[in-house]
Formats: sequence, structure tokens, C-alpha cells
Amino acid sequence: MRKDYKLEKRKYIIGGFVVLIALIYVFRLYSLQINDERYKESADNNAFLKKTIYPSRGLIKDRNGELVVYNQPAYDVMMIPRDVQPFDTVDFCNTLNITREQFDNRLIDMRRSPGYSTYTPQVLMTQLSAADYGRLQEKLYRYPGFFIQKRILRQYNYTAAANVLGNIREVSQADIERDSYYFRGDYIGDLGVERSYDEYLRGIKGQEILIRDAHGRIQGRYADGTKDIPAQSGRNLKLSLDINLQAYAESLMVNKIGAVVAIEPKTGEILAMVSSPTYDPTTLIGRARGQNYAALNADPLHPLFDRALMGAYPPGSTFKPGQGLILLQEDIITPQTAYPCYHGFISGGLKVGCHGHGSPLPLKPALQTSCNAYFCWGLKAMLDNHKKKYGSVANAFETWKLHLVSMGYGYRLGVDLPSEGRGFIPNAKFYNKIYGENRWSANTIISIAIGQGEILATPLQIANVCATIANRGWFITPHVVKEIEDTVMPAELLEKRYPTIDKAHYDVVAEGMRMAVTGGTCRLANLPDIEVAGKTGTAQNPHGKDHSAFIGFAPYDDPKIAVCVYVENAGFGATYGVPIGSLVIEKYLNGKISPARQYLEERMLNSNTIIYSGVKKH
Amino acid sequence: MESRNTKESIFKHLDWSVIVLYLLLVAAGVVSIYAASYDFDNASVFDFEEFSGKQIRWIGLSFFLGLVLLLVDSRMYETYAYPIYFGVLALLLVTIFIAPNIKGSHSWLVLGPMSLQPAEFGKFATALALAKLFSGYNFALNAAKINYVKAGAIIVAPILLILAQNETGSALVYLSLAFVLYREGMSGLVLYAFVFAIVAFVVTVKFTATAILGATTGQFVILMLIELTMIAMAAFHSKHPNAARMLGLWFGATLLIDVLLSLVGVHVPGLPYFITVIIIGAGYCVYEYLKTRIIKLWFIVAGALVAILFMFSVNYVFNSALQPHQQMRIKVALGIEDDPLKAGYNVNQAKIAIGSGGFSGKGFLEGTQTKLKYVPEQHTDFIFCTIGEEEGFVGSVAVIVLFLILILRVIAIAERQPSAFGRVYAYCVASYLILHLCINIGMVIGLCPVIGIPLPFFSYGGSSLWGFTVLLFILLRIDASRRNVRNY
Repeated sequence: MRKDYKLEKRKYIIGGFVVLIALIYVFRLYSLQINDERYKESADNNAFLKKTIYPSRGLIKDRNGELVVYNQPAYDVMMIPRDVQPFDTVDFCNTLNITREQFDNRLIDMRRSPGYSTYTPQVLMTQLSAADYGRLQEKLYRYPGFFIQKRILRQYNYTAAANVLGNIREVSQADIERDSYYFRGDYIGDLGVERSYDEYLRGIKGQEILIRDAHGRIQGRYADGTKDIPAQSGRNLKLSLDINLQAYAESLMVNKIGAVVAIEPKTGEILAMVSSPTYDPTTLIGRARGQNYAALNADPLHPLFDRALMGAYPPGSTFKPGQGLILLQEDIITPQTAYPCYHGFISGGLKVGCHGHGSPLPLKPALQTSCNAYFCWGLKAMLDNHKKKYGSVANAFETWKLHLVSMGYGYRLGVDLPSEGRGFIPNAKFYNKIYGENRWSANTIISIAIGQGEILATPLQIANVCATIANRGWFITPHVVKEIEDTVMPAELLEKRYPTIDKAHYDVVAEGMRMAVTGGTCRLANLPDIEVAGKTGTAQNPHGKDHSAFIGFAPYDDPKIAVCVYVENAGFGATYGVPIGSLVIEKYLNGKISPARQYLEERMLNSNTIIYSGVKKH
Repeated sequence: MESRNTKESIFKHLDWSVIVLYLLLVAAGVVSIYAASYDFDNASVFDFEEFSGKQIRWIGLSFFLGLVLLLVDSRMYETYAYPIYFGVLALLLVTIFIAPNIKGSHSWLVLGPMSLQPAEFGKFATALALAKLFSGYNFALNAAKINYVKAGAIIVAPILLILAQNETGSALVYLSLAFVLYREGMSGLVLYAFVFAIVAFVVTVKFTATAILGATTGQFVILMLIELTMIAMAAFHSKHPNAARMLGLWFGATLLIDVLLSLVGVHVPGLPYFITVIIIGAGYCVYEYLKTRIIKLWFIVAGALVAILFMFSVNYVFNSALQPHQQMRIKVALGIEDDPLKAGYNVNQAKIAIGSGGFSGKGFLEGTQTKLKYVPEQHTDFIFCTIGEEEGFVGSVAVIVLFLILILRVIAIAERQPSAFGRVYAYCVASYLILHLCINIGMVIGLCPVIGIPLPFFSYGGSSLWGFTVLLFILLRIDASRRNVRNY
């Protein structure tokens, strides 16, 4: 046969076609294998089921090592939607004790949630009861795609200190977006130290990598578990709180609205911090949490509102020791300076009433008797008669204000708890706005001299001033956590802070407070074996009966406790403030109440002042 | 005529490069099958209960078969080409009725412990018959129209029988013999029309979302392709450069006008505009015919009209003639539909397997996609996934290159055959290999629709391996004695 050379050339076309196809395929392989990382990820997502191992949450103990908060396991039912195969839904629902509707609704909720993916574990039901858990565990093999995730819930040894301890709740979408640690279904600290120390308490999650085949069956552990990451338990906390003192103080505050704050002056450690009415922290555990939380939220007495931290109260006469310090520091008075009191402060048609006592008085007896006139005259002297020193009323007022701020009034102290309030100390601008520039003087605003008027403070701030006087000139930022396991406490909770008052002036004020106990308004706090110094407060307020307040510290020469008691609408400071404050002091220092004072304890435990608050409970 | 037809001379003249390629591919195949079916319970390669062990047994039998085929006198293949062909056709026919229903297909003959797929043996038989037809005295494809009918009949008979067995994929393979007809003189236009039809189908179905000059991108591309084809046909087929120049000017000018109009904000509907332009171009070709009497100009006219009709019928065919699952497969393959859990699952998992291999792969037996059975049919049709995942880009390209070398080598062998019989047979082998490679690898990397045909020498299964072994060793035998063949 003759070779047809023309046709033979067609081998190049055919060969060329093959080469072209090969090149296209090589290019395609390049783009799949080298140019695109997503496939590697997809393959890993297919093959590796990453199961989170939850660390146990750090335990919380009190200052004496008493266990306060511990963990209890709970079980969540999880599902990986794409691994789920048709199953007996009726049996499944029966096992879990839910209706078909509940199950379907739960599925719909789950699909709607923002983190939904068919490839990753989704929370179907949280916090199974032990019985449900047991039943489901037995049948789990029938339901591929479902598994049980062990979680940690909290349990409490005491019903006290709910406001300090806080609790845990399921994370919100905002939590997830804010902190990459969290995934849907995780728990996060809510309120109290659970919130503020969450990063220490929560620990570090571990990861178990399992190999999963196309049917969703687990084929074993990846690399024999060598690539697994063990969970690291959260750090334990040691509170500065004395849980027994806390419980005692709470019992004294039963049926009262208000707060008690007890601080160890030398360390700034909060020994007790009561907000009343309070609640039982165990009601916020587990599945009942939502309902109980809503009920607490709706309670007209606002038990979730931490009055010790957030309450803004007129300090009343508990403000006077601080006033004395400022007047001494500014050389407005000396300890010998005496001011008259004609049953009150009378100036230019203005009268601030006072009760019967000798006149004129120097500072110490003025504190002892809680003389209103003295401090009004003092403030008037500072604002009106010293224009040469300050130039103007406004400047004098600003000086006064800065001293208060240095004592911790007007701004957040920086306690290691969430949502601290800041109270309120007005500045000159504030009054300029109300009265007009240079249109106000001491007389216009005289009630602030006795802790009334615009002045507002939190019980924590008031207690802190008391601790400062106990220390004769310094304080440490109050805090509720004494130790974090294996961690150094933050420096700002250990450093001394000095108000702008010379140390020398404190003794005068402290002596005045001592006199108030030995022979003044606080005589009920005069314990036979403990030298207490104190100051009452009776604060007028627009809500009804006066608030009853007390600050005090003891022992006088070596203070171990400084207390602030604030009872809303309970009348004179001496009626509720002093008894409660002195009982807390006695209980803390002596461990018991002397028989002679048990009548007082009895009276406090059984009295009810909520009736004066105007709030109708339910 | 230096040697006689003895065993010794056969082995001396054997094309050892093909044998080496064959051994490499088969060995790589066993390793891949072992990897693809490897379980955590760690079985042995030689365990005859395992796929790899069974494949080794198939390979052993293949070697024996290959040796036997080499020992047969090469003239026997030519002599018995038709009896073999009709014998296999009969077998295919019988299979339709006696084969059990396996996943809807009646293509497996169960013989005791093993089952065979006669369709795989239809390939070599059809190749022999086609070679025999072309080796007739003074046979030339273009000499008479009847030759096309004869060749077509030889190709279509097994296709029909295999379609009757419900093995669409295997039937499609025979269409690759169009390459052989092309090599033997069939007009390149037919091949071009073939490729054009596939491209036009894909492009019109796929690119409907965007528009260029008032037509969908797909339609625009096809219209431009028709215009270019008309110009090229006028220049190279009709050998009428003047007509080509005129058509070029006409199409260029009309395109330019449309672009300018759209720039000034006048938007002409693209489809009727360009169709009118093309029909006027066709009319010009008729005019040129009347002037020059160049018959071939009519091809341009017919081609243009058929192409336009085809373009319009694609949507109809796609939406009406194809079954929903076929539409879905095509859409998934073309990347129109993304349906990773249903129709696209296989392809998607295959792509994940290959894509996750990276440059150098995850390492032998380290592929998670294949070990954990995410890829379906991974030891048979999707075997390439295992290579892609475990051996990466390097391994995948190596396999493609091995096949490329083999195919080019077979083409070279074809062209050195002194007889039409040898040449046509060799081109048949090359054509089968090209189609298998194109479709099998194309589908696992998501470039072709999923059509279940094996990767030659790699995919698990005796029938496929034997089928290709027989094809290749008969070629080697014919090639070894090419010097003994007298030129007619």
C-alpha cells in the first residue's frame, strides 16, 4: 500500500489533542492541589471529629479555706446534623422525656442559631437529669450522630454571698463574638467573681481528635491520641470573704433593704459584702435558671441589684469624719476650733437643724454628737470666707471635691467585681449649671456638708473611707479575691493608696469617732472588750423614712475590721446601723455575741424594715 | 525479512518500552488499590480476600494471557478477526438476557467464583474487525460511501448491544473510534463538528448568567465561534482566500458597529443581530458559489445554519430529552449546580480527596478521604483519588504523564506498521486509551460528568485489566512481526 503522507500528518492532530488534554488536566490538578487550600480543610473536617474536652471550673473557697462553690457534672445532648441517620424519633423523645413538638422546635431553634453548621456538634438539649442521662446513654448506639457532652455546673455549700459569687449561664451570641474561647452551648460566669475572674476560673479547653468515616462512625483516635490536647482545670480562687461572717451579716439584714460591707483595713480585703434582699444562688443552677432568673429580675425589691456596689445613697452623717479631715487639711479649722450650734446652723435665713448638745464645740465632740452645725460652719468657712486662699467659691469647692475624690468618692474604686457604681460628687460646673456662675455660695449648697443634698456614695465607698480612717491615712482598693491559684494577684489590688490628707489629721477624727462610741451617738457599739470607733448616719431621702447608716472600725489601735451598714428607710443610724454594725464587728473579732448583747442580735434578726420602704412585695 | 517467526525473534522485536509502561501502570494500580481498600484492621497486600490481593491474582492471569497472545501467530488475528468479532457480539447479546441485574445493569457474566464483563472484550474484537475492514485490498475509506456504512456498522453494533445492557459508559468508549476514522481519511470537519457540538453544548448550558452585547455569554461565544469557523473554512477548506477576506471584513465590521453602538448607549438585541449577520455571510457564500462554482462553499452555508439550529436546540435537548438525574450530573460537572450532598457528593468528595493531597500528597496509606470511605467506588472508577490524595500533585501528574507516553508510543507504533491492519488496530488501542483517560480522570477532577468507566490498568477488576491487556498484547504481537508482513 502506498503510504498516504497527507493522512499520516493527522497523527500530529491526534497526538496534539492528547497532549492538550493532558495539559488541561495537569493545570486543573495544579489549581486543585496546589492553588487551593480549602480542600485540605474540607478533608480534615470530614475525617477529624474534634471533640472539646471541658476543663473543670476552678473551685471557690473563702478566706479560711471553707469550700464555697464546687462543680457538679451535667450532660448535654449534642448532635452532628450531617451524621444523623433516620432514627426512631418517638423512642428518642420518650427517652429524653420530651414531646415530639419540643423536639421539633428545638431542631428549628438550632438551625436558626447563627453558629449552625451540619458539620459541627450542635447542642440539642442541655443539662440532662441523671436519670435521663442514664437511659439515653444505654440507647445511644441506636442514634448515630448524637452524643453526650459532659459539662460542668456549679453547686454551692452555702446559700450566702450570691451577689459576690455570681453564677454561670450559657454564653450569648455577643459573648461568642467578643471572645473566641467560647462556642455555642458553653458556660460563662455571670455576675460576681464568676464573671470578673471568669478567665481564671474557666481553665483551658482540651481537644480530643477522633477519626470519623463517611458514615459518621468513629474509627478510633487520631494518631493514637498523641495529638489530643488535655484540658487544663480552671484556677481555684480563695476569697477574702469570711463566709460565716457573710452568712451572719445576711441574716441580720433579713427583711431589710440595704447593704453591709466589712473590710479588713490593712489589706483592703472585703470580709463580708451583703446586699439585701439577696437570693439563694442554688436557684440559678441548671435548667431552672432561666425561669428563676426572670422571677428575680421581676422582683420589685430587685434582689439582683447589688446595693453594696451599685446603690447610690446619701451618706448622711457618715460623711462627717471625711469633712473633718478636709477642714483640717485645708487649715480651715484646728482641732481646737469651735463652732456654735443653736440647735442647728442658722445663717442668712437658712436653718439646718441639730439636736441638743453643748455649744460651741470643737471637732471631736462635734463628731461625737454628730453636730450638723459644726460641719455647716466648716464648709461655709472654706467656701465663703477664704476667697483670698482659693480666689473664688468655685475654686474652693473644687479643692473640697478633689479631697473627696482622693478618698474614693465619686468614682469607681476598682473593686474586682463587675458593675461597680460610682456614686456622685458634684463639681463646681454642676452648680454653675444649676444656679449660674458665681450665683451660688456655701449657703446655697450647705446640705452637702452633712452628706445630704447631691452627694451620693456606694456603701463600698463609705466603708472604704472608714477603712482609710482606721489605717490613719491610706487604703488598699477593696477586693473580694485574696488568692488566685498559681497566679500573682494584680498589683493594683495590693498597693496602698493615699488620699490627699496628711496622716496627722486622722488621729483627731478617729478619736472623735471613738468618743461617738464611748459617749455619743454610737453607744450601742460600745463593746466591753473591744475598742470600737464609729459614726452614725441618718440620711434624709425622698423615698420615705430616713436611711439608717453606720460606719465603724475596731479594735481602735489595731483595726482588723471596718464596717459600713446602710439600711434603707429604717430611721436613725443608732436604731439599725449601729446594732448591725457592732454585731458584725463583735462576731468577727470574738467569734460570738456576748450574752449581754444577744437581745440586740435577736431584735435585728427579727425586725422588718421593708414595710417602711413603700415597696409592696408581690 | 531478517528473521523468521520464532519465539526468539518475537521477544527480540517486542516493543519493550510499552511492556515497561504496562508493568509500571499495573504495579502502580495494585499499590493504589491496596491503599484505596486499606482498612484500619491492616490487611496484607497478598491477602486474596482483599481487593489488592484479588487484583494481584488478576494480574498474574493477565501476564499469562499476555504471554499466550504473544505466542499466537500474528496472522491468526487478521484471519480470525471477523469470527472473533461476531463471537463477542453474540456473547454481548447473550449477556443481555442471562446476566443478573447488578445496579440496573445486565453486563456481568458470572462464571463460578468470578464475574466478567464481556463489554470489555468487545473493545479488542471491534478493533480487530475494524482493522480487518481497512486491510482489505486497496481499501480506502473515502473511496466509496459504503465504506463509511461498513465501518459505522462495525462500531455501532457493540454500542447498541452494550446500551441494551444498560452500560452507557462502556458504550460511549466506542465513539472514540472516530479518531481512527479521522486518521484513515474521514474529513476533519466531522471531528471538528463533533468537538464543536460538545463545546457549544457546554458553553451554552453553562454561561447563561452573564451577557455580552445583548446575548448571553454562552450564545455570544458560540456565535463568534461560528463566524471564525466560517472564515477558516473559506480559507482552508474551500481554498477561497478572497471569500475568507470578505467574510472577515463583514464580521469584523458588524462586530465593531455593535460595540460602538453599545458604547454610545444603543443596545441592539445580540442574538437576532448576529444571526442576521451570519445568515448574510452565508448568503454571500452562495453568491460566491454562483460566481466561482466552488462546491465546498456550500459546506460553510450548511455548517453555519446547522450550528445556529444546534445552538437553539441545546436548551430543548437539555431540558426535555435528558432525564433529571442526567441533567443534574451534567450541571454538577459543569459547575452550574452546587449540590455537595446529592448528585455532587461523589465529585465533591473526589475533589476534596485530590485537592487535599497538595504538592507531595499525604503519604502512602495516610489519605483520610479514601481510608474513611468518603470517596465512593474508590478502588474502581475513582481510583485516581487515592493517587491524588496520597501522592499529591507529583503522583497525579506522573500517572498522567505515564499514560501520555503510552498513548503517544502507541500512535508511533501505529504509524510504523506496514499494513493497514496493524495501523488501524493500533489507532483503535490509542483511541480507547484516550477516551478512558479523558473521561475517567476528567470526572474525578470535576471536568467531565460522572460516567462510570475505569482507569485502564489502575481500576480494580479483572475484566477491565484483561480487556486492556488483550488489546495491548495483540498490538505488541502484531508490531513484533511487522517486518514479516508483505506490503500489498
